[in-house]
Amino acid sequence: MHVVYPAVVAALLFSIGVYGVLARRNTILVLMSVELMLNAVNLNLVAFDVWLRDVLHSGQVLTLFVIVIAAAEVGIGLAIVLAVFRTRKAIELDRLRELGEP
Amino acid sequence: MSAVDFWPPSTLEIVFLLLGLVAVGSALLVVTTRQLVHAALWLVLCFGALAGCYLVLTAEFVAWVQVLIYVGAVVVLLLFGIMLTRAPIGRSDDLDSGNRVVAAVVALATAGVLVSVVVGGFQHAYADLRPGSGSAEELGGSIFRNWVLPFEALSVLLLAALIGAIVLSRTDISGRR
Repeated sequence: MHVVYPAVVAALLFSIGVYGVLARRNTILVLMSVELMLNAVNLNLVAFDVWLRDVLHSGQVLTLFVIVIAAAEVGIGLAIVLAVFRTRKAIELDRLRELGEP
Repeated sequence: MSAVDFWPPSTLEIVFLLLGLVAVGSALLVVTTRQLVHAALWLVLCFGALAGCYLVLTAEFVAWVQVLIYVGAVVVLLLFGIMLTRAPIGRSDDLDSGNRVVAAVVALATAGVLVSVVVGGFQHAYADLRPGSGSAEELGGSIFRNWVLPFEALSVLLLAALIGAIVLSRTDISGRR
């Protein structure tokens, strides 16, 4: 397996995630795009672990850690989204401008 | 040595490329679809195809963890979030913000830079796949021999995230008076 293939797939997934974060205005869709970017990084970690044949398996172990952190992140993120929805009745990102410069 | 020695792909690489194509295509649908629930369901397909990619790369344990946590837990959480925020279930045309064009330009620039750098940097790198190197036995031994401290720190982090999520989402908890 040439390392180019997983690396290119991961790069494409990452840039799709970047597009999603920048272009979507629903907060849950932005969270989904962040998950896409995390998955691109995971694919890179696994591919380079297989390529370099690390004795400590650091790539795959770090992939597991990233998956766990992503689960925690999505849990906290959705709790924050629900709290915002309760107080503001909207989760559209461009309507939450209270902290922005006028 | 030829200029591109990763073309034509072998059978294994064709399987990987097909799975990667499914992943990239469904990811594109996640960020472009006009229905919120469909985005979550395309995300399932994307994560499933990525689990197949991990299987081809001989990382079997990571593949099953991906299926369990991402397809099983994260997508269900996202669907719960969609339902609890009373999102429109049908078609809705206001899911994209006004800066779609700028976002597309930035994403295309990112893709161009990353793909050209990666192809230029790794076009001769070849990973010899050896089945069994990513099995649960190998990874478990590695985690509990060499990665014990990060593993424990991560369990504390998960506990903190759990308590934080409960505190944030309950309305009957108030601060100290």
